[in-house]
Amino acid sequence: MLGKNRCIYPGEKVLLAFSGGPTSSSMLRQVQEGLNREAAKKLRFKPGIIYIDEGAVCGRTLDEREKTCRQVEAILQASGFPYHLVFLEEVFDLPASVLNSLSHRPADQAHSYKEAVADFTRWRQQCEKKEGAATSLEDRLAECSLQGCAWKERLAVLDTSSFPASHTELSRLFGAVKSLTAKEELLQTLRTHLILHVARRNGYSKVMVGDSCTRVSVKLLTNLCLGRGAFLAMDTGFSDSRHGDILILRPMREYPAKEIIFYNYLFGVPTIFTPGLGTKASDRASIHLLIESFLCKLQSEFPSTVSTVYRTGEKLSAAPREVDSGVPTAPAQCLLCLCPLDTNVEDGSSLQSMLLSEQLCPRPPAENCCETGRTQAGCCGRPPVVGDSSQLLPLLCYGCRLTVKELVSVQGKVCATRRAPASADAKVCSCSQDWAQGKVARSLSHHTFTRRLSASDAGLR
Amino acid sequence: MENATGKRAAPLSVQLEFGGGAELLFDGVRKHQVNLPNQPEPWNVRHLLVWIKENLLKERPELFVQGDSVRPGILVLINDADWELMGNLDYELQDQDHVVFISTLHGG
Repeated sequence: MLGKNRCIYPGEKVLLAFSGGPTSSSMLRQVQEGLNREAAKKLRFKPGIIYIDEGAVCGRTLDEREKTCRQVEAILQASGFPYHLVFLEEVFDLPASVLNSLSHRPADQAHSYKEAVADFTRWRQQCEKKEGAATSLEDRLAECSLQGCAWKERLAVLDTSSFPASHTELSRLFGAVKSLTAKEELLQTLRTHLILHVARRNGYSKVMVGDSCTRVSVKLLTNLCLGRGAFLAMDTGFSDSRHGDILILRPMREYPAKEIIFYNYLFGVPTIFTPGLGTKASDRASIHLLIESFLCKLQSEFPSTVSTVYRTGEKLSAAPREVDSGVPTAPAQCLLCLCPLDTNVEDGSSLQSMLLSEQLCPRPPAENCCETGRTQAGCCGRPPVVGDSSQLLPLLCYGCRLTVKELVSVQGKVCATRRAPASADAKVCSCSQDWAQGKVARSLSHHTFTRRLSASDAGLR
Repeated sequence: MENATGKRAAPLSVQLEFGGGAELLFDGVRKHQVNLPNQPEPWNVRHLLVWIKENLLKERPELFVQGDSVRPGILVLINDADWELMGNLDYELQDQDHVVFISTLHGG
């Protein structure tokens, strides 16, 4: 798959996203084997591994998380590659730049692979020279934070004093989201941001994720249901270039989960099972789980289901709206998933009519309260929290709007009902507002940044 | 074989293994060495699943067994081979067989 697509250059640093699950474990094993293979087929990139501990979101205790981290570390050490263990809590420490989609090395499609490789090596030599000279703050930062070896201290830090804020913040943030569907979407977004950040910090230019054929098919249908149909090609395709400087690759997307599991079983590939958000939930708990069980059931009776869905999805390609990117204004991007916005469509689209009907018949706030059965005085009197949502929503794509809307509405509800520990509720509100506002601020800084960039560009000309 | 002739099946000892998250439904224990009691018919996988459901499963049986088969998405290996090659539910268990259940489902 990698050879066919020829998108990784020799000597390039590639980050493998490792979750401990079967697909990413076998991806790791195959990269290891590929690096040891005879010259003709040998893989020639420099791999690094990232593991993100999401225990805080899934309600696991620190002991459990530490145990898992130790298991993961053992596997990663055995692989002999450099690795990064990251906690999901660190997503709050991310700088605004994560949301910038830089493209310092525009991918030129016209180039042949050989030219591209030559370009790449030249570019790398330049970088190495620069790196040799610079002992900038960033380098030191990269060394001290986000390094894999110090994870125990960092976990301890999370446990004890100085970072409990981000831990509680995170669990509150996820607590504020009602449905499992939105939780999974949110988790996925935050995870991607972290991976991107680590990749940029440490100079990786490609990220490989372990999405199997089965997972890709599930994702395809799920995203369709979640209103992310416009980005199917990006979300499920072999390479995902939405982040500009960092390419996300899905090298495992041709292998069905069954083959992968048999491979792991027969070759003794170690995997680690970590309970996730959907563990032990019924198959109707979220859209993701529902689609997955739907596909699995269909697959057991019609064995070509998954491959048919996969093949159909493969025919999608990212819409080349970048053709007119000669205009200096950067194309508007969703704040969360960094896809080009799909919301600036012409009149007559279903989004427009949905917005119109929302405007015409605003949902009475009382409905919110009665859903939970808490009909408390004062809960309906409070105006719905629209302040931050109206700021935030225009910056998001349709799919992310749905997720954030839920975040915001639940937050409003929590505020309104004023349940027993009032302070805790206030915290929920403030933290998700902070989070939202932080994102808004980031986006604003991002916008001013790009504007300045284009202005200076114009000045140079 | 004695089983094939339809005589009373002798008690069997089989090794069961659960993975990919399926072990969570069995108190997190991956490997079980179990002795299947005497019964008039020969033991096949269909009976084994019923027996597992009644004797081993700790919680949420619907996440492991659906209908008279395993939940779609859980793979079964009998002696390191896909059970679809061995006759699925109708495979007759032999003494010292090794049966593995691995969940491919997200989050187990």
